[in-house]
Amino acid sequence: MPKQTFIVNGERVTVKVADNVRVLWVLRDLLGVHGPKYGCGINVCKACTSHINGKAFNPCSVRVGDLERDDEITTIEGLPDTVGKDLHPMQEAWIDRDVPQCGYCQPGQIMAATALVNKVHAEDREITEADLDTIRNICRCGTYNRIREAVKQGASKM
Amino acid sequence: MSVQAQAVDPTPAAGLSRRSFVGWVLGGATLVTAADLTLGRGVARASVPSGPQVPELYDLEDLQTDAALPTSQLITVTMNDDGTASFELPRMEVGQGITTSTAMIIAEELDIDPGQVKVGLAPARPELIFNQLTGGSNTTVSTYTPIRVAAAIAKGALLDAAAAELGYAADQLTTRAGVVSAPDGSSLTYGELASKAASPRTKQVDVELKKAGDFSVIGTARNRDDALLAVTGRKKFIQDLHVKGALPTMVCRPPTLNGSPKKLRNKKKILRMPGVKNVAIVDTGVAVRAKTFGQCIDAIRAMDVVWNPGSVEGESDRTIMARLKKAELPLAVPDVPVLADQVDTDFEFMFRSSAALEPNGAIADVRDDRATIWAGLKVPILAQENIAKELGMSIDQVTVNVITGGGSFGHKLFSDHAIEAAKISKKMGKPVKLMWHRADEPRQGRLHPMATSRIRATMLAGEVLTFEQRNTSVVTDFSHGLGEIITSTIDEAPTEVGRTLGGLGFSETIFTLTQELPYDFGVVTQLLNETDDRFNTGSMRNIYSPDTAVAAELTIDQMAAKMGKDPLEFRLAFLKDDRTKAVLEKVAKEGNWGRTMPKGMAQGIAIHKEYKGSTACLVEIDCRPRTVDRDIYHAVTGPRVTKAVFAVDAGLVINPRGLEAQMMGGFSDGLALTLTSSCHLRNGHFLEASWDNYFYTRQWNIPPEFECHIVDSGTDQPGGAGEAGVPSSAAAVACAYARATGTMPKRFPINHDELSFKPKSFVPPVPQSPRDGLKYTY
Repeated sequence: MPKQTFIVNGERVTVKVADNVRVLWVLRDLLGVHGPKYGCGINVCKACTSHINGKAFNPCSVRVGDLERDDEITTIEGLPDTVGKDLHPMQEAWIDRDVPQCGYCQPGQIMAATALVNKVHAEDREITEADLDTIRNICRCGTYNRIREAVKQGASKM
Repeated sequence: MSVQAQAVDPTPAAGLSRRSFVGWVLGGATLVTAADLTLGRGVARASVPSGPQVPELYDLEDLQTDAALPTSQLITVTMNDDGTASFELPRMEVGQGITTSTAMIIAEELDIDPGQVKVGLAPARPELIFNQLTGGSNTTVSTYTPIRVAAAIAKGALLDAAAAELGYAADQLTTRAGVVSAPDGSSLTYGELASKAASPRTKQVDVELKKAGDFSVIGTARNRDDALLAVTGRKKFIQDLHVKGALPTMVCRPPTLNGSPKKLRNKKKILRMPGVKNVAIVDTGVAVRAKTFGQCIDAIRAMDVVWNPGSVEGESDRTIMARLKKAELPLAVPDVPVLADQVDTDFEFMFRSSAALEPNGAIADVRDDRATIWAGLKVPILAQENIAKELGMSIDQVTVNVITGGGSFGHKLFSDHAIEAAKISKKMGKPVKLMWHRADEPRQGRLHPMATSRIRATMLAGEVLTFEQRNTSVVTDFSHGLGEIITSTIDEAPTEVGRTLGGLGFSETIFTLTQELPYDFGVVTQLLNETDDRFNTGSMRNIYSPDTAVAAELTIDQMAAKMGKDPLEFRLAFLKDDRTKAVLEKVAKEGNWGRTMPKGMAQGIAIHKEYKGSTACLVEIDCRPRTVDRDIYHAVTGPRVTKAVFAVDAGLVINPRGLEAQMMGGFSDGLALTLTSSCHLRNGHFLEASWDNYFYTRQWNIPPEFECHIVDSGTDQPGGAGEAGVPSSAAAVACAYARATGTMPKRFPINHDELSFKPKSFVPPVPQSPRDGLKYTY
């Protein structure tokens, strides 16, 4: 059984698991990191959205064998550490706007939102309604308008 | 705390006001107070003439609230020595915000901060019988008074204890923020008083509830109690629980609806696959237990299974619709003058999936002599009974733990997932953590049934003489307990209601209890007929009302046009209910009804009355080609609602921020029902297998502008919230679409006829996860 080594939320981990197991299951079933959720397993619902080397990705669609030793995966659990605080500004905006209903999609929503805002800021511009329209994460409770408000509010503090 | 108190007649004694109730201080080492969950039932309803529709006299809320009368139903508030209060809510939190609002209700009576109230979910409590069903937007309607009573008794006991300690009479003491203060400035905290206020034995006490004018918590906006957990990923859903030995488990499901496995041809090969531990055949498919869910998916895809046929082999949308048409009740053309104008409409509503984002799942640990289940369940008592029956155990051998759900929308009324997990665990002899694949949900899971709605209205000289609505539907499965509630409760209903409902089936009864058209339309009849019970159906959020409201409100726009009236003007002229009028006027004003719009865009307006409240919705829709055809990667775009203005009168509002959230979610549902979301039946199976096949509302569909206005009609009783946002939203979008395009849509959702995806394989029944995720980072 191959050993897989990579970094999760700042800690280097080594797991014995076959190359083709998707990163989502390695995180959830083997490492007990439950922030990224399963909602489809085919990179559609985006409930598992996390970051790899600072960019959004969906661990349901990446084989663990394709990770490099120095690849840094950040899940919702590790997001506050990226800004050295108890909560990332996007999480604070989410609480302030009372975004979650059932909460199942919210880790993925927040990880997608922070990556989107970072991308937009890197292009030296502010987030637009058209940017918000591109967010693919499903919220089956339908709290989309509060998500839009929170992304804008979080962006203003990032 | 196991001290059992006697049940008493829950009707307030003569002379007691509606704020005076009886409850108990239970015997024990710390303060535990109790109230009967059946408290707060309204006063006897007066006999009324035959004109009104049933829900005006007695609706589904009343039925659910009355359902528990014959039983002793104690709910308890416990004061802890750290100053917090604890309460186990016999309902299920699925995102609707009831743990937050319940904490607020308790905090109000106790005079503590809501953050000091810990509200958990009660496990299955068989003694509650019918009173542990979360549905019908009934939680706050039915639990508001009993919870207040228990909390108020706790405060009274704390005051009595403080009086003894501080040397003052209880009525000289004041309470604030969990502290009891005496006139001399001395004080004690609730925490210090918790054990002193305890009673060695159970005693009955009278209590007076706070006046509404003194409320300082109820009616204030409060964020969800679990928001921090949700946004940090620490909120635990069923798949996040760790139960020793409960390894990931999935089921290889049949290629056609409700098929069953005959034989697994390559069991040995499957058992040799990496990570795979166990394989077992159950009635719903072939289960596999492995180290990871990914390895379960690999095993499912490798299985060579011989299947028995399903329940609708060869059938399609078209053949099922043809059956419905045959079952349609005739419109009984009433005796109207020959000069009367008539509007006839005919609508079709497709199958829709109530699946939440969290897929069906449950943990089961079945041993020889006992079973423990963890699952999201809105009717845990029935789940416990059914699991016990399935396992050949007695009810007390089965423990059912209720876990907060990642959404429900009616899906978790049934215990399919818990029963399936129990069967698999028994067969494998191992604990299992069962999860359905996303593809399993629309293909084998519960759906909102296909239905038709026909309306005939007649008008003469500016009056509406008749309004007949006939819904015909594939059977809705009510075997989750509401059916039993009806059987046992209907006799309790006022006589004239009982007469109307007597002899109707469950579905027809629920239809009759929920449908109310608040317009002065002369003779109004709304009836349901059902046919075809071969599908897996259930009460999707708001059951019949979204379809009924879409049909009625579109027809009302036609009636208005025939009379030469504006849709708003017509509705205001014929609405007979002031609360509904008030919400309609609110959206018309805030939404600037009647403003000029470019060609291809239009406003739509609609109302709905249910759950002891009223809603109205005004939307603006853009149906211009450049909007309809806008390009978003792998997205179904179509018409865009650009603005939505919503108004709700939900009676006494506990938490306005939570209410607004429910209306926002209800709007998203209504939008999807009208424009985008449906399941396609072809050749015995449903084609959808992904969120990019089943088009629930996405960011690119949502109106950038959404406002929700709460209208206060001054009532002191809470109404329902969870489902209330759906019907007027669905209807307003349909009306706007009809006005923007000049064509009244007849089939919903409007995009159903266009299949905009390539169906995924049926054998194997689940798709493999992609490997190219690193190509799409951003």
